[in-house]
Order: sequence, then structure tokens, then C-alpha cells
Amino acid sequence: MSVFWTLQALNALQYAALLFLISAGLSVSFGLMGFVNLAHGALYMLGAYIGVSIAGGVGFWTALIVAPLAIGAIGAALHQGLLRRIAGAGPMPQVLVSFGLVFLAVEAVRIIWGDVPLTLDVPKALSGTRIILDTAYPSYRLFVILLGGAVALSLWAGMTRSHLGAAIRAAVENRDMARAIGIRTERLFLAVFTLGASLAGLGGVIAAPILSVSPSMAVTALIPALIVTVIGGLGSIPGAMLGAVIVAAIEVFGAALWPDASAVLIYAALAAALIWRPEGLLSAGRAR
Amino acid sequence: MKHALAAALIALACPAAADTTVGLLLPASGNYAALGQDIEDGFRMAIGGAGRDDITILREDTEAKPQTGLTRARKLIMQDRADVLVGVVSSAVLGAVRDVVDGSGTPLIVANAGNSDATGKDCSPYITRVSFSNDQLNRPMGEWMAAEGIGSVYTLAPDYAAGQQMIGAFSDAFEAGGGEVIGGDFTPFGRTEDFGPYLAKAQASGAEALYVFYGGADAISFVKQYDSFGLRDQMPLYAVGFLTAPLYLRSQGEAAEGVIGALHYLPSLDTPENAAFVDAYRAAHDGDLPSEYVVAGYDAGRLLLGALDSGAAGREELARALPQVAYTGPRGPLEIDSATNNIVQNVYVFETVSKDGEMTHRLLDTIEAVRDAPNGCEMG
Repeated sequence: MSVFWTLQALNALQYAALLFLISAGLSVSFGLMGFVNLAHGALYMLGAYIGVSIAGGVGFWTALIVAPLAIGAIGAALHQGLLRRIAGAGPMPQVLVSFGLVFLAVEAVRIIWGDVPLTLDVPKALSGTRIILDTAYPSYRLFVILLGGAVALSLWAGMTRSHLGAAIRAAVENRDMARAIGIRTERLFLAVFTLGASLAGLGGVIAAPILSVSPSMAVTALIPALIVTVIGGLGSIPGAMLGAVIVAAIEVFGAALWPDASAVLIYAALAAALIWRPEGLLSAGRAR
Repeated sequence: MKHALAAALIALACPAAADTTVGLLLPASGNYAALGQDIEDGFRMAIGGAGRDDITILREDTEAKPQTGLTRARKLIMQDRADVLVGVVSSAVLGAVRDVVDGSGTPLIVANAGNSDATGKDCSPYITRVSFSNDQLNRPMGEWMAAEGIGSVYTLAPDYAAGQQMIGAFSDAFEAGGGEVIGGDFTPFGRTEDFGPYLAKAQASGAEALYVFYGGADAISFVKQYDSFGLRDQMPLYAVGFLTAPLYLRSQGEAAEGVIGALHYLPSLDTPENAAFVDAYRAAHDGDLPSEYVVAGYDAGRLLLGALDSGAAGREELARALPQVAYTGPRGPLEIDSATNNIVQNVYVFETVSKDGEMTHRLLDTIEAVRDAPNGCEMG
């Protein structure tokens, strides 16, 4: 039975790693700019599609680097061209515009890549399984866990040790005060939005060999990522990590132990978080 | 003068030149969008092949959601005054539109949804199915696997009407044949992308084999994930044949090797009717092979043409004529069971194999003229 639990624990970690990549950008730009960017799921989907196309030409490893950069560029253009203009317009226009972008992206993807789901082969070096604690586990999924962990650690280090991180934390804490002491918040917003978009793109590329790449990714990823953001707390990297681990553990162990209820368990967790900790477990900045 | 009068009288008495309006009720978005496109392609192929210009085709997107499907069906029936509806991919949508179709007396040719109840206890003289029923594919597969000496299985399927009916029909037949279903899960439909947790459970169950139903994007990711966990050596994969259908096989690649399934159509079937059909389809689609969905759309078109050729026009006459049509098509002999309006057809058991670097299907067994029990169907 221990093999079973090891497998499920690894599954949970792997899912948490993926969720973290998708949620980190969502959470920080949410906390920083107060912006509900529902198009974040579309960026994740585009990352997967662009990754598949690049990998088909020049291989997986190049796609792993180039696709997130491309998505970062798309994110930056989106921020400068559209989302910046409605940042101060209140939640309803933000939700409508960014969700409208999801529909546009889904249709664009269907026109360019078609309806049949795409796949990406696992790179040679990561094919097969590896033995971890007496359990055979797919090498590629171990790679996802390690990559997610590495990104989480470097983001956390960046937020706590670097000037940029200090500026972000200051702006999350109090935007006006940050601006008053000379932090150029507009540039900060753009940098954070771009980084968040690239991370979503990275999530898309690394998800592609596990899942099948289809337009439904834009929405299926968005809901758990929003729940991670709410449970973990807005604008906080440790919060996104903790939220991702909690949501992944609920999904995976829920599926294993209580499959009949697995579809509603994360919503129950969301409701519990909203009742007892509406600001999230590890919220950065002022309570909202 | 006499002739002219007679001609005028005939023209008034039978407005035979009246156009037939067909409403396609298919998903154009979501997990099943590709299936909807295939069915439409097949249907248009049949109608186009007949060279008729008196058939108007309208298309509505069901989004594979019951509520949307119902709204669109009502629009086609009441606003567009469609003479016949064709389509419905999702069993849940079929369940939702059943009453409005039956109540308005609009014939519906079901080109996919396998909901067993629609030709069972909820059957209607206005619903004719040319695809398959969930029972029809799974019952023979349960019997076949038990006869092969497989002792125990673990089952997986999405948690909605089709998944439950498929696994139910399979389990009954498999256990009646002496096998044992050790356990199984229904995975949340449309929300489960990662089957890792369920594959781990199946592995821990100690069953001899895995039996699953998945379609659409799920079919591709399921097969790849099954392969990546190295389950191939411990637990052979058996499935309702949709899992490794032509539509997904190219994406699945080597991961699909060895999967055994049962289906009502394979592009590799060696008959003159199928060879001609495959050639025609490949010529129009960059050499792609037709899927069973294309065939279902095509057969829906052929059924409609057969009914029109018999002189039927309008909803009432078409509803009566449709079930009378029988012919040998790409998938073999095809007729409609007058007791249920469900199709009677061959079911093919196949293994997915790699041949010359391409994935294809190798026929293991043909179960001929599979006919569903009426299951409580009483035609009005």
C-alpha cells in the first residue's frame, strides 16, 4: 500500500508544481494591481500551443525557453495596449474584458491549430520511469516537480532578497506610498505582468507532454488557479506555493479516497477559506 | 390545354419540389468540437454525393451542454421549421432534447450519442439512431473479454450518462461471463485532465486488466498517461474503441500500441464499400482517414436520402420512412431495428498496432448484427 501513497504524494507534488506556475503570476498581479486577469488561463493555453509548434521544429528544450518568452511578450503587449487602460475601471470591466480575451484566444487557437487536440512527446532524456522510494514514477513528472520547485525557490528569493522584490512588496503593501517614495509603479506593473505571463506560458509548455493540448485548457486551468490565489492570499509568492500544494493535495487525495466528492472538495475548501480567512492564508499587504 | 390543367392539378396536389430543411445539432466548441466537425463533414459528403440541391442545411452549436442543446433544438424546430434534425454528440444533450423532439414530431437522426435509454425506455418513433448505443458496444466487449479468460478488471470512465451506461453494460456482461469487476472510478467530466491519481488506484487494485471509456482530448491524454506510468506490462488496457479511434491515433502514437477495443467502424475494414468511402474521404481531407464519426454523419445522410427517395416529405412522413432504410455502407450491413429504432450492425474487436511506422488497427474478431434488447421500449 505504501507504493500507492508514494505515487499519490508524487502526483500531488507534480500537480502543485504546475498549479504554482500558473497561479504565481495571477496572484502577484492580482495583489499588486488589483487586477482580475481572467485571460491568464488563455496565456497558459497559448504557451502550450506555441510550445508544441516550436518543439515540432527545433525540439522540446528550445520550446521550454522560447515559448515562455513569446508569451511574456504577448503579455507585455496586452498590458500596454489594453489591460493598463482599464486597470482603474473597477472589477466589472476588468472581468468582462479579460474574459472576452479568453474567447478571442480560444477562437484564434481553433483557427490556427484546429479542433483536434495536439500532443507533445516527452523529450528522450526524460522518457520512461525512475524508481523513487521503491515506486516507479514517470521521469518527466519528476522533472516537472523539480522545475516547479526551482522556480518557486528563485521567485521567493527574488521577492525577499532583491531590490525589485522589495519594490514589489512595497507596492503591494501600499501603492500610493510606494509611488510617493520614488518607486516607478507603472514599470513595476509591466515587469510583474510580463513575468507572470511567461510563467503561465512555461506552465503551458511543461503541461503539454502530460495533458493533451486543447482550447479547453484556457478555462480548466483558470478555475483551480483562482482558487489557489484565494486560498493562498493575494500578491504573495509563499501564499501561491502553499495554495498550490493545498489545492493539489485536495484534488489528488480527494480523487483517491473519496472519488464521489472529488469534484466539489476544492470548492468546499474555497468556501472555507472565504469564510474563515477571506484575506487568504498568507496574504501580503493590507487586508481587503 | 388538358395537359396543362392536369399538370397544374398535379403540381397543386403534391408540392414534391418543396425543399427539405435539415438542422444539424452539433458541438462546435468544447471537448467534442472535433467530433461535431467530423459528423458534419460525413453528412455533407453523403448529401453532396447525391447531387441534390433541394436540401437546406442549418447548423447550431450545442456546445455539448444539455441546456444549450435544448435551446438550439427548440430554435431549429420552432423558428427554422426544420423537417429533420441530425446530430447530437453528447448523451446528456440527447436526454435533454428527447421530449421536445418527440413532442413536436420532428424526426431526429442521432449520429453519435449512445444514450441507451433513447432507444430503450425513452424511445420515440421520431428518434432513429445510426451511430451505436452504449449497450451495443460494451455488452459484446464484456462477453468477449470474459471468453478470452480475463478474470478481473478495474474500470474508469468520465462521470456522465454515457460513461455510466458504458461501464454498466460492460460490467453486467463481463460478470455474467464469469469475470469480476474489482473496482472502478468515474472521473469528474470536463474537469479531469490528469489521470495520475486514478491510474495509481487502478494499479493498486491488483486487477488483471483495465477497461475504460474516454473520448475527445481525454482519450489522447489518458493513453499517453497510461503509457508514461509504465502500466503496459502490469495491466493491459481494454477500452470502448473510441479510445484509440483514428481521430486520436496519430497524436497518441506508440503509446497506443496494444490497446484492445470494440467499435462499429474501422477505416481498415476490407470491403469494397469501405474502400470506396475511404478513398473519397482521403481525397478531400489531405489523406486523413475517416473516423467513425464521419461514417455516422455519412450514414445519417444516406438514411435521409433513402427516406427522401422513397417519396417521403415533411416531418411525419420522414419519421415513418427513416427506419425503413437499410443498406450496406462503409461499416458493413446496416438496418434499423423496428422495435427500438436503433441501428443493427457489426461490432469489430481490434488491437491497436504499429505497422510500417504508422499506428493502425488489426481486426481480432467480428461480432455480427448486434441488436440491442428493447430494454423497455414501447413505440407509440
